[in-house]
Amino acid sequence: MSDLNTKANIAGADDFYAELLSIHEGRSKEQSDAINARLILLLANHIGDRATLSDAMQKAVTAGQG
Amino acid sequence: MSKIFEVPMYPYARSADQDALTPVRHPVVVIGAGPIGLGVAIDLAQQDVPVVVVDDNDRVSFGSRAICFAKRPLEILDRLGCGAPMVDKGVTWNLGKVFFDERQIYDFNLLDEDGHKNPAFINLQQYYFEEYMINRVRELQAEGKPIELRGGNKVSAIGTHEDHTTLEIDTPEGPYNLEADWLIACDGANSPTRRMLGLDFVGRVFEDNFLIADTIMDPEMQKNFPTERWFWFDPPFNRGQSVLLHKQPDNVWRVDFQIGWDIDREKELKEENIRARLHQMFGDDAKFELEWTSIYTFQCRRMESFRKGRVLFAGDSAHQVSPFGARGANSGLQDTDNLAWKLRLVMDGTAPDSLMDTYSDERVYGADENILNSSRSTDFITPKSDTSRTFRNAVLDLAEAHDFARPLVNSGRLSVPCTYDGSVLNGPDEGGLPVDLRPGSSAKDAPTKDGWLLDRLGDRFQLLAVGVDIPDTLEDGGITVEALRLAADESPQFAQRYLGEASSAVYLMRPDQHVAARWADYNEAAVIAALKTATGRG
Repeated sequence: MSDLNTKANIAGADDFYAELLSIHEGRSKEQSDAINARLILLLANHIGDRATLSDAMQKAVTAGQG
Repeated sequence: MSKIFEVPMYPYARSADQDALTPVRHPVVVIGAGPIGLGVAIDLAQQDVPVVVVDDNDRVSFGSRAICFAKRPLEILDRLGCGAPMVDKGVTWNLGKVFFDERQIYDFNLLDEDGHKNPAFINLQQYYFEEYMINRVRELQAEGKPIELRGGNKVSAIGTHEDHTTLEIDTPEGPYNLEADWLIACDGANSPTRRMLGLDFVGRVFEDNFLIADTIMDPEMQKNFPTERWFWFDPPFNRGQSVLLHKQPDNVWRVDFQIGWDIDREKELKEENIRARLHQMFGDDAKFELEWTSIYTFQCRRMESFRKGRVLFAGDSAHQVSPFGARGANSGLQDTDNLAWKLRLVMDGTAPDSLMDTYSDERVYGADENILNSSRSTDFITPKSDTSRTFRNAVLDLAEAHDFARPLVNSGRLSVPCTYDGSVLNGPDEGGLPVDLRPGSSAKDAPTKDGWLLDRLGDRFQLLAVGVDIPDTLEDGGITVEALRLAADESPQFAQRYLGEASSAVYLMRPDQHVAARWADYNEAAVIAALKTATGRG
């Protein structure tokens, strides 16, 4: 069983979202992709739990597929 | 002075077999006198199984080729009586440095686990490796052991039959025929045996080329290059590819340039081009000589089965991997370790022919593990898509400042012994003993009061008991199990590795030092049942 929290968990959602966009401002697609990859790796390591990571990866793949 | 690899070590000599009226039948013929062929021949001869090794060549490996030998193969070579000179001559190293683009991103210390006779691995040119094995063959011959090494003997045709194979062999004095009850093909990646039998590889195939430059550095230059493993991802002197620098004995530095699949071999191998690459790497003023250069092409794949009737395949003839992680020769020696004791029991008639199928099953499992590791290393080193490259570079960039990313850096996972999980030869796993020594694992070395544990294991079935009373010997169906009684206080490492939290243990050990079954207590019926299972008589 995965512990992936899919309930709202970030205080100040709009602030967070704005900050997420701001780190990409003025960057090329390549630089942004690199930042995103580093961010994913940092967050994944913080979570650590393999089942939770697998669950998150699967949900990332299936979301948006209708 | 000629190099060791330029001297005939086993020149062609006429054999009485060539004058026989009808082809002479031998119990075992091995094709190929490389590390794997010599390994299996020494193993069999030590067990008094007569063996003839034929090779079209008459000298050791031309050039250094395989240079990294891991702990498990060194343990196997110890059992074969030729590990010590290799470790004495070999270079051991603990420090590694990882470079990305133009900068060093981190270094690491391997911190080899203590309480083992052998180091985690050594660097040693394959030609020395083979020389020491040939010395061992000569030693065995002097002791009267039944082992023959025939140089200048090229197998040109093979006929397979239900209970033997026939061989046509070309020599400088013309062809002759031989028969073998069992044929072991250790004739390398391009195995003519495999081709002659119409067998081919299956599985994931990918390919790459490496330019190998064995470089003898000028003494001034040597000072800048300590005994460390240096690995570059995407350096300026080999854009988009990797480079490995590793030290071998005699001040020979191995430089491996990954050069991709689509290459002009002739151009790459021109000395001026190789020197130009090395100058780009070491600087314009660098002074060095080239001992040996070559292009190594690898394909990552294996045969579907390592057995075809009376023909057994071992080493590169059966499976090939990328050089990352040193899994070629190292896994080949684990093949021979697995093969020799089984073949002896089958030839003795004490185990059924089906035991040889388990050679293929267990070593196919080992090969798949190596191919998986090798594929993952290759995917990291040579990303196959833009996204894959983005993540690879993200890992390398993060690794510079953050520890967490370093385990994700994959410049080759070094060869570790294979555990035959799920093998039909495995018996019970009882007693709450350490998981690292579960059935199928190779024994871990440890100091005991009478020397290294691994020096006391192997070549026969043994019952290793700690804190439990066991009989001196057990026998079943012509197979003897010998007692090895040990105490919990042999050494802290021994207690930790073999007991863990438990207070007693009984391990049934195979002749290849792998665990067959284990319990907390001794029960004769259980041991006999596990022995039957471990010898394919279950």
